[in-house]
Amino acid sequence: MDFVNALILLLNYIFVPALAYGSQLAIGAIFVTLIYGILRFANFATGDMMSFGTMVAILFTWYFQSVGLSLGFLPTALLAIPFAILFMGLYMLIIDKLVFKYYRLNKSPPVQLAMVSIGVMFVTQAVVRIIIGPSDRRFFDGEKFLIRANEFKDMTGLNEGLAIKSTQVITIVVTIILVSTLFWFLNKTKTGKSMRAYSDNEDLALLSGIDPKKIVMITWMIAAILATVGGVLYGLDKSFKPFTYFNNMLPIFAAAIVGGIGNPFGAFLGGYVIAFSEIFLTYAYKKFFMYVLPESMEPDGLIQLLSTDYKFAVSFSILVIVLLYRPSGIFKGKIL
Amino acid sequence: MRKNLNVIAAYSIMMGLIILVGIFQSWNIALSIFNLCLISAVMTMGANIQWGYAGLINFGIMGFTALGGLAAVLISVNPVKEAWSAGGSNILLSLFLIIGIVIAVRFVLKKYQKSKIRTYVIALIIISGIIIIRLVSQPGIEAIEEVNPARTGFLGGLGLPIIFSWIAGAFFAGGLAFIIGKVALGLRADYLAIATLLISEIVIAIIKHEDWLTRGVKNVIGLKRPAPYEVNLQETEWFINLVEKFNSGKLALISDLSERQAVLNQFVIEGSSIFVKLCYSGLFLVVVIILLILTQKALYSPWGRMMRAIRDNEEAANAMGKNVVKQHLLIFVLGSAIVGIAGAMLVTQDGLFTPGSYRPLRYTFLIWVMVIVGGSGNNFGAILGGFVVWFLWIEAAPIGLYLVNLTTAGLDDTHFLKVHLIESVPYFRFLMMGVGLLLIMRYRPKGILPEKIEIK
Repeated sequence: MDFVNALILLLNYIFVPALAYGSQLAIGAIFVTLIYGILRFANFATGDMMSFGTMVAILFTWYFQSVGLSLGFLPTALLAIPFAILFMGLYMLIIDKLVFKYYRLNKSPPVQLAMVSIGVMFVTQAVVRIIIGPSDRRFFDGEKFLIRANEFKDMTGLNEGLAIKSTQVITIVVTIILVSTLFWFLNKTKTGKSMRAYSDNEDLALLSGIDPKKIVMITWMIAAILATVGGVLYGLDKSFKPFTYFNNMLPIFAAAIVGGIGNPFGAFLGGYVIAFSEIFLTYAYKKFFMYVLPESMEPDGLIQLLSTDYKFAVSFSILVIVLLYRPSGIFKGKIL
Repeated sequence: MRKNLNVIAAYSIMMGLIILVGIFQSWNIALSIFNLCLISAVMTMGANIQWGYAGLINFGIMGFTALGGLAAVLISVNPVKEAWSAGGSNILLSLFLIIGIVIAVRFVLKKYQKSKIRTYVIALIIISGIIIIRLVSQPGIEAIEEVNPARTGFLGGLGLPIIFSWIAGAFFAGGLAFIIGKVALGLRADYLAIATLLISEIVIAIIKHEDWLTRGVKNVIGLKRPAPYEVNLQETEWFINLVEKFNSGKLALISDLSERQAVLNQFVIEGSSIFVKLCYSGLFLVVVIILLILTQKALYSPWGRMMRAIRDNEEAANAMGKNVVKQHLLIFVLGSAIVGIAGAMLVTQDGLFTPGSYRPLRYTFLIWVMVIVGGSGNNFGAILGGFVVWFLWIEAAPIGLYLVNLTTAGLDDTHFLKVHLIESVPYFRFLMMGVGLLLIMRYRPKGILPEKIEIK
């Protein structure tokens, strides 16, 4: 029985949260990797683009709430996502036309594009803060828990409860649907294949009649979908704050590079690698050992490998180690 | 003279703007802007010799700045004796253990050939070393943090004058840069950017959470000053006389004696804070000028030519027998050391060390905007960039407010749009920076004062 308790404990505090957090990172990492693979620059505006998409979704959510529209036990924000994506796509295309296009046509080095993306980062950040303000906002409504800890205890008669938030389930389900559609699109459709060809070898792709304008436009549209959905899922699960979104860019970058930049599947797994290692290394295992070990061997300390303050540092250290020993990432992306 | 005309013009306009702030807002504000402009200029010079001379992207400016600030604390704060006796020995022991691990790893690396077993041995040494260090240091850290936690709770520093920390800051930052450079300089440009950005976050995380060393987010306040204190100045004879002489015209107009005294007091209080700021300006100006002379000399020396050759064509320079890796490492260390000086200067001016205030936007990306706007590769341009961007960063809110009032003049004062816009005036600075950066990158990609290399 103790063993089951220990397992539930890990499930509750490590597995479920890490799975949800990892999914959010994974979507962001695919976003980074797609931009890198096809448009060929490191997009430092990633976090702020996600926060822009989330902001639009929040504004729509508020509108829907004010007219009394809702999805019952599901959060209203899900209804707002398609509208937000449209807006976000428009925003991305405008930015591309005003800013990135010029450098792409001039074949500027990737460093210059990365620098330009910092300009976009500043502007997007300003726009978000001017429209919605810098404060913390929760926009979740609907049923909060799928399983409450107490219900679970009553149901199973165990000491440890398992609480599953509905946002966690929504995150995981939406991620599965989104990512599998994306991979289907990239691997099976003609447009997706031409995108991959363009990413692999631009000249060859152009030679075989692939329209670069179309590729770029579709990439931005997919990026808009990923940014909005990823941002909204994170905001639903935690809360929306422009500064946190900006900071989230860092683990997202780590995930994309760990997975092998330019490789969407690697980025997807990279998100989970980062999320799980962050939570594994900073969790205090005291209670777990209390269940597993006999009473005489009970530990006195927290049995924590690293204090939770170093949560971010963990993902960055993984990144640094990967960059050192396997610069192309765990799952073979582009060689850096 | 003629070819330097644009430099002189740009600097005169900048100075004119700061003087205008002095006349229309207050001399206090103008001087604090000027001081921070000087500090920013030092940071941009550091970033500029990395990016402009060698083409290395360092997005870890924030980390080096924070290390410089840490140096200011460790140099100037008086040592906390109780803390040293409580846990000092454990900390020293851990320090020796770290050195021991490094030596052991190096020994294994040198002595044995590359093999799986060697990798495992090294991993074993590091992991067991970390466990031993944690066992040794944990009680020490707990003891140190328990010593009067409201006021100290850390080891303190050396108790030296804070000005020495500017040099120490350079060494701290340079040392970190050496390690990072060894690790990451082989990466491609944009990956170096990401790696340094993340490493600087790790540095901040350590500074924030190792309370025994830095007091962490509890902040260190009341650091020593290289300049006199306002309160002392206000009671000094010669200073009061000086202020009286300066304002004799205004004072002569007031006939009532007590009223005159009150006005004089007001002038003395104002004057004292201006005087202190002037002291800082003088010190910072000396640093900026020394660095400017050194960097200009370096730029036109054979070494500077070699750096540019490496930047413009790495392979060719390599083929000519230049050691690209070594030179990159050298310039990375030098540039970061300059940023470290700026970090120590910043903490010296503020008189307090707040690890929580180090954010990448302000300390990394803003500095990069300065470098790009000013003109990479040109030291005068970099300094000008520091001035222009910092000036706009501070004055963006007033300018934004003015623009909001202008564009919404037709609206009622309580109109929700106007109220909302006025509330969000502080964020116009981001907009201004972003738009400015994009415009410069598009229409003047070499910056306001572009790089101009003449063979002398």
